[in-house]
Amino acid sequence: MNYDQFFMMQQELGVLAVFLIVFLFDTFCGKNSRSAVTPLAILCFGIVTVCGFFCPSTGEAFAGMYATTPVISAIKSILNVGALIVMIQAVNWVNSEEGAVRRGEFFELLLVTLFGMYLMISARHFLLFIIGLESASLPLAAMVAFNKNKYESHEAAVKYIFTAIFSSAIFMMGLSFVYALSDGSLYFADLAQSIALGGNSVLLVTALAFVIAGFGFKLSLVPFHLWTADVYQGAPTSVTSYLSVISKGSAAFAFLVVLCHVFGAVYSEIWEWMMYALIILTITVGNLFAIRQRNMKRFMAFSSVSQAGYIMLGIIAANVLGMTSMIFYILVYIFSNLGVFGVIQSIENKTGYVSMDDYRGLHKTNPWLSFAMTLAVFSLAGIPPFAGFFSKILIFTGAVESGSPALYVLVLIALINTIISLYYYLLVVKAMWISPDEPVVPVFKSAGSERFGLWVCCAGIIFLGLVSCIYSWIYDASELAASEGFFITLG
Amino acid sequence: MDCTLPILILAIPITMFLILGLLGMKMSHKLAGILGILGMGTAMVLSYTVAFDYFFSGNELFVSAGDRLQYTVFDVTWLQFSERLVVNLGFLLDPISAMMLVVITTISFFVHLYSWGYMEGEKGFQRFYAFLSLFSFSMLGLVVATNIFQMYIFWELVGVSSYLLIGFYYKLPSAVSASKKAFIVTRFADLGMLIGILVLSYYMPTFNFIELTAPGQPEAVLASTGGATFLGGSVLTWALVLIFTGGMGKSAMLPLHIWLPDAMEGPTPVSALIHAATMVVAGVYLVARMFPLYLMEYQALDFIVGIGAITALYAAMVACAQVDIKRVLAFSTISQIAFMMVSLGVARPEIHEGLGYMSSMFHLFTHAMFKALLFLGAGAIIHAVHSNDYTSMGGLRKYMPITHITFLIGCLAIAGIYPFAGFFSKDEMLSAMYGYSTFWGVWMTFVAGLTAFYMFRLYYLIFWWEENPHYKHHKPHDAPWQMSLPLIILAVVSCVAGFIPFGELVTWNREPYHIHIEWLKIAIPSLCVAIFAILLATVMYAKKNSLPDKAAAIWPGLWTAAHRRFYWDEIYMFITHKIIFNVICQSIAWFDRHIIDGTMDAFAKVTQRTSYVIRGFQSGSIQTYVWWYIVGAVALATITCWAIL
Repeated sequence: MNYDQFFMMQQELGVLAVFLIVFLFDTFCGKNSRSAVTPLAILCFGIVTVCGFFCPSTGEAFAGMYATTPVISAIKSILNVGALIVMIQAVNWVNSEEGAVRRGEFFELLLVTLFGMYLMISARHFLLFIIGLESASLPLAAMVAFNKNKYESHEAAVKYIFTAIFSSAIFMMGLSFVYALSDGSLYFADLAQSIALGGNSVLLVTALAFVIAGFGFKLSLVPFHLWTADVYQGAPTSVTSYLSVISKGSAAFAFLVVLCHVFGAVYSEIWEWMMYALIILTITVGNLFAIRQRNMKRFMAFSSVSQAGYIMLGIIAANVLGMTSMIFYILVYIFSNLGVFGVIQSIENKTGYVSMDDYRGLHKTNPWLSFAMTLAVFSLAGIPPFAGFFSKILIFTGAVESGSPALYVLVLIALINTIISLYYYLLVVKAMWISPDEPVVPVFKSAGSERFGLWVCCAGIIFLGLVSCIYSWIYDASELAASEGFFITLG
Repeated sequence: MDCTLPILILAIPITMFLILGLLGMKMSHKLAGILGILGMGTAMVLSYTVAFDYFFSGNELFVSAGDRLQYTVFDVTWLQFSERLVVNLGFLLDPISAMMLVVITTISFFVHLYSWGYMEGEKGFQRFYAFLSLFSFSMLGLVVATNIFQMYIFWELVGVSSYLLIGFYYKLPSAVSASKKAFIVTRFADLGMLIGILVLSYYMPTFNFIELTAPGQPEAVLASTGGATFLGGSVLTWALVLIFTGGMGKSAMLPLHIWLPDAMEGPTPVSALIHAATMVVAGVYLVARMFPLYLMEYQALDFIVGIGAITALYAAMVACAQVDIKRVLAFSTISQIAFMMVSLGVARPEIHEGLGYMSSMFHLFTHAMFKALLFLGAGAIIHAVHSNDYTSMGGLRKYMPITHITFLIGCLAIAGIYPFAGFFSKDEMLSAMYGYSTFWGVWMTFVAGLTAFYMFRLYYLIFWWEENPHYKHHKPHDAPWQMSLPLIILAVVSCVAGFIPFGELVTWNREPYHIHIEWLKIAIPSLCVAIFAILLATVMYAKKNSLPDKAAAIWPGLWTAAHRRFYWDEIYMFITHKIIFNVICQSIAWFDRHIIDGTMDAFAKVTQRTSYVIRGFQSGSIQTYVWWYIVGAVALATITCWAIL
């Protein structure tokens, strides 16, 4: 056996190595030194993150089951950064009373799911893909149930695991249909070939619908999104932020691979229209529900539903620009969303307040938190000159680039929804800055780790839109992928 | 050529701006002033080096067979939108940009030095130096622009820094409104310029000046318009006239001149730097930069001649009837820039081998020197008597000898008396104008005579006339050395600048041109006119008498009209307040309040209602969730099957 191919998996191996270090340390260290697990995990993972940027690998391994290209390294590096920020923001919470006993478990579970996501992204065979998908889903349920003394946390975990299993079942049913269409192979390349040759049939349509439904669960596309609000609300906030950015970002990229690469041949015949309908539904319904929410975590749940719709615009564009702008959108979304969750978490940890009504007059007591929140919310809403504005413009450009008039209409609908989203995002800003009521949240100083995380997010929000080299880096990688035949000739 | 020096010329002022702007408040006045002066001084020395290299080194990069070449020192892509639409930032070295480097850095350096004395003890001293550096940077970036977009970017930056400097005394309502006026008026003009650039860009293959003005290229642009016309003028003419509109705004040509007199609310060194020597000639520079294109359409050049000639006469007449000495200088500036414009407009290859272009640039150079001198002199006077009105001056020659002599030299230079600088450039301009048409030649000679008259009127009213009784309590004296030194140096330059063989250095096609003074036909008659005007001013103003009142009483209407600047401000006020605000804005406001807001409110109501109605969808029960999940997946499959199979 050729052991060199293992080195191609350096991103996965890095995550795995950190997992093992944390796991062994957590298991065998003495009772007194267990608190060292947090800095250890963050330090090791930080090193892995930095290394990921500097030594991207290219090639295929394990008889073509696993592949990595510059664009895949790029998305993994981006997710690494996001996961690192999540970890840093969680430090204060895992060291607190409710988390301290199982401090190591949080990092271990997080790293395992991350490992699963990376397998899912790199997989070129559905067997490996399913392994990745499941190892990304199941430990997450344990993370959602992390607060074992809280009723909501349990409820959320039950809803999550139940829906996850259900969606996996549907997804695999769809896969079995696809398998039936092919000549007995689950390689992406073979499947793409047989789908291109086979033309469309009821079986293919059903298979696609089920595959999309499976992804719809991970990405919380409407109508597969109903678990989102309850789980986001019940889960510990660190887990919620992880769910909303990393889990979603990795699934979005995997979805792009499956749709554009495996099912690329039937783009205009079948899935363009499925996605078209789903995007409109997702953006609009997400927005309409977000308007009514008062609980910040539920609010962010629906906001992230509608953001997922915007991310999907990059897939429906099905071109280099779409791919680039989707990755860029995920990057910006990571910073903006983690910014919002960072503030929510700081306030929740110190005072227990999570309602938007409690944020009234926040600027009087906590001006810096209000500032960070405002920046992040502006970025989510796409207000220039913050990064969110550029990522929205780029993703719209990507969709329009493909040239079909229907996509112009789609972009128009998305634009109108941006205005609606502006309304509810500004509700938060209004509560913090304009509301004349006496502030509810008292003056406090949030933990150093939380503040550090927020500074990083703010810096990202301000500079990502202005520094074009990051975008160019992603663009070059995507273009390379396209030139290597990523987009199967779209019919 | 090594590009370190040119980069430094731009980098030093912007660095100074950042240092003084960000850390200035932590510094003492002295440190901030020295930093600013040293920075600008270095930039000046570097500019001289670069210009000397360009003109005199004989390097084959810059000169070939006696003709000067245009040389791109560097040119980096900043933004690339498409193959053709690229915004570059670079450094273009050619005769006019090298000359402007010298002019800008020299004047800017002397103004920096002068301000050290003039602004001493002012609040916001550091901020003042920061703004001065920003302005110098913008202006330098403008003149070395390699392409239209870079020029436009720096053009706007110049506008911003001018706005900041005019409004420097931000607690003074008049300064604030003057800065707003300057910004809005020039911005309006820039809109025309932008439209012109966009129209032109439709036909141009490139935005790079060198490629655009290379031999044969303007003809290709003209050909690509395919003879398209609009309202009787060819498209190219329209584009060029619109671009010129931007120049009209910055260079204060009629009817966009109204901001410049008000801009005198800024500190006097600022007026010397921006509103006399550098920014206001940006319009002239713009036309000069794109001159080969203008040569394609003589209509556009004729338009420039018309606007310029009318402005020149108008401003000269108004200058005769102003009380505020800075306003006199402001109108004199307008008139002199109009001179340059006319000269540029009459430049044709067939008229004295394009003499107008050379003489316009020559006058730009000499005018920058003596007008800066006059403004700085006026600053010294204002500094001494604490007033802008000549009524509180008079008889100052005994108290301020340095200022007196230098101011006199400035007046002689602007009046065009041999051997001062203004004589040479004005003579060349007049030859070009007579070559174009005798009518405009006579017209401009008359304006030149008026110039001599109002400048000496000003000179006599300040330094002679009758000694002001206030001096007994408060004795005025010459300014400190930081202010006097620039005056002396600029005065020396004003004496000798005319002997520079300018034609050898700067011409429209960059071939050397040998200046020869037409003594009999042009020089002596115009000298006579100027001397006559000076004599007239001497008779009227050298001693206190009643002649001025009698002269004003001959045509009282004309005098009042000139004093009130021919009511331009009132006309603008009427149009904006009465017509635009009342008629147009109010109807738009109604439309906005009722139609647009109404539509938006309706949208909001519908959204809220829908959101309320569908809330049951999210029931919290997991059975329902799964039910919807299946419905969704099956519906997706069924509908798609039904639709496509």
